[in-house]
Amino acid sequence: MKRDRSGAHPANSFRNVLLIFFLVLLLVLPFFLNPYLLHIMIMTFLFAYLSRNWDLIGGFAGQFFLGPVVMFGIGGYTSTLLNVHFNLSPWIGMVPGGILAAATGMALCYLSFRFGLKGIYFGLVTLTFPEILRVVVTNVGFLGGVNGVLIPFRQNSLLYFQFAGKLPYYYISFLMMLLSIYVMYRIERSRSGYYCLAIREDEEAAEALGVDTLKYKLICTGIGCFFLALGGTFHAQYLMFVSPDTFFGIAFTLEVIIRSIVGGVGTLFGPVIGSFILTPLSDISRGLLGGYRGVHLMLFGAIIIAIILYLPQGVGEWFGRVYDGFRVRFDRNVDRKATPWRRGQGAKY
Amino acid sequence: MSLLKISGLRKDFGGLTAVLDFGLTIAKGEIVALIGPNGAGKTTIFNLISGYLRPSGGEILFKEENIVGLKTNQICKKGIGRTFQIVKPFLGLTVIKNVMIGAFNQTDRPDLSEERSLQVLEFLDFLDKKDYPIGSLTIADRKRLELARSLATQPHLLLLDEVAAGLNPKETEEIIAMIRKINQRGVTLLMIEHVMKTITSLADRIVVINYGMKIAEGKPFEVLRDPNVVKAYLGEAYQIAENQ
Repeated sequence: MKRDRSGAHPANSFRNVLLIFFLVLLLVLPFFLNPYLLHIMIMTFLFAYLSRNWDLIGGFAGQFFLGPVVMFGIGGYTSTLLNVHFNLSPWIGMVPGGILAAATGMALCYLSFRFGLKGIYFGLVTLTFPEILRVVVTNVGFLGGVNGVLIPFRQNSLLYFQFAGKLPYYYISFLMMLLSIYVMYRIERSRSGYYCLAIREDEEAAEALGVDTLKYKLICTGIGCFFLALGGTFHAQYLMFVSPDTFFGIAFTLEVIIRSIVGGVGTLFGPVIGSFILTPLSDISRGLLGGYRGVHLMLFGAIIIAIILYLPQGVGEWFGRVYDGFRVRFDRNVDRKATPWRRGQGAKY
Repeated sequence: MSLLKISGLRKDFGGLTAVLDFGLTIAKGEIVALIGPNGAGKTTIFNLISGYLRPSGGEILFKEENIVGLKTNQICKKGIGRTFQIVKPFLGLTVIKNVMIGAFNQTDRPDLSEERSLQVLEFLDFLDKKDYPIGSLTIADRKRLELARSLATQPHLLLLDEVAAGLNPKETEEIIAMIRKINQRGVTLLMIEHVMKTITSLADRIVVINYGMKIAEGKPFEVLRDPNVVKAYLGEAYQIAENQ
């Protein structure tokens, strides 16, 4: 964050120590986990990655983008079909998948904004688009139809993005999550990042200050969709299977968005925090309460309601308050009005 | 050389003509005030110049180049800044980041943008509040932020929409001083204003419009005595009473 530039005051180094601690912890963690917990961690990373990239469009730039699953599906299907039919490694196949997804997202965006569909109406367009694709994919034989496409297991190799164990997937998803955070970190500090924030806050005012709102909306949508699609390829390779319901179903969209909301929309670490809370919670509660049908969903819902009631800006807000608290305690020169988190005003950037 | 030359400007909203055959020439370095009763079409003219609305007819020449049909952000890049009557700060961002978004108009490097923003904040005596969230600013400070933001885009012509409205006398004094300082830096100003004090102490020239048409133009005190202007503001009855 910008205000940190003044130097390394204690709250700052405290944060860095915390980050390094988590990094090391996550690097050595898999050696102590059984495959079930490993699976939960992989899904946590994957969802952190996806939420982080959705949040670039939906939170950071504030566009009501309700179709992350389309990009996910396009990515997964493109690399899988290229792999199955043309024997192309998914590492290469994920690039056309990403480009296709970015193009689709930008086209959706352009058409909507060109004809003045904003806010909730843009949301409806992006919400229904995956449904169209789901029906198309279900009914076209070449695309696998209702049964989806099975990825044949050729060999345990990095080249084909296929592994017998879960450990490589753990590290790949971990790296992807770090990558998404890094990309966001860079965007946040660039002109495009500032412009995205301006667009989120007030488009009219942004235009008056020389921001080409359409252009920057397209840029951030393109970047977000590209990376969402890479997540699709990862998921396909992890499951070794793509099907219309998982890769174009609306449930998945909600899963991604809810993590961002719980963690803190439009913040660097919010979506990641959200995923670290909700993904293990949903899996473990399903495991423990699976005998009583639907109980784990009730628990899930109750927690989300509680978070929205008491931490409306996400769990990340709580971290922000702690951070500001540290600054006030250790740095006597801090202007108390300039600690928005502590004052509950939540100016995030 | 005229900086801005508007001729034959017209805007229809369906059957309603908001602006009709409006012409205006502003020379470099001038302060021109645009006044008129409520609903006269002042803000519409601003919206036409800054590209929010597309004129139904007429042309707007800025530095001898027709800017009709350009998008708002392109017009800003050409060098026309504007502030809003109802302030539109970026609520989720701090003061300095609000200004930086304006400063990015001239550079794509964050460090240069920040440097430029700090200069603008210092110029407007606003540096002490640079890390404040917008929620903690008073209305006077928000108006000052509007000024700072649009000034950071480095405009040649600045359109000020009622910057003194809703301020107390002391704050009005401050903003008048600020506007004068901005003008001394070589920024040409076109302002909509209702506060007479601001107009008489700042404007070189006043343009009065009513029902979308220009009814008077000239030096402040001459224009304010013009019978047509008095009629537009205070009504026919007032004038009859004056004459008796």
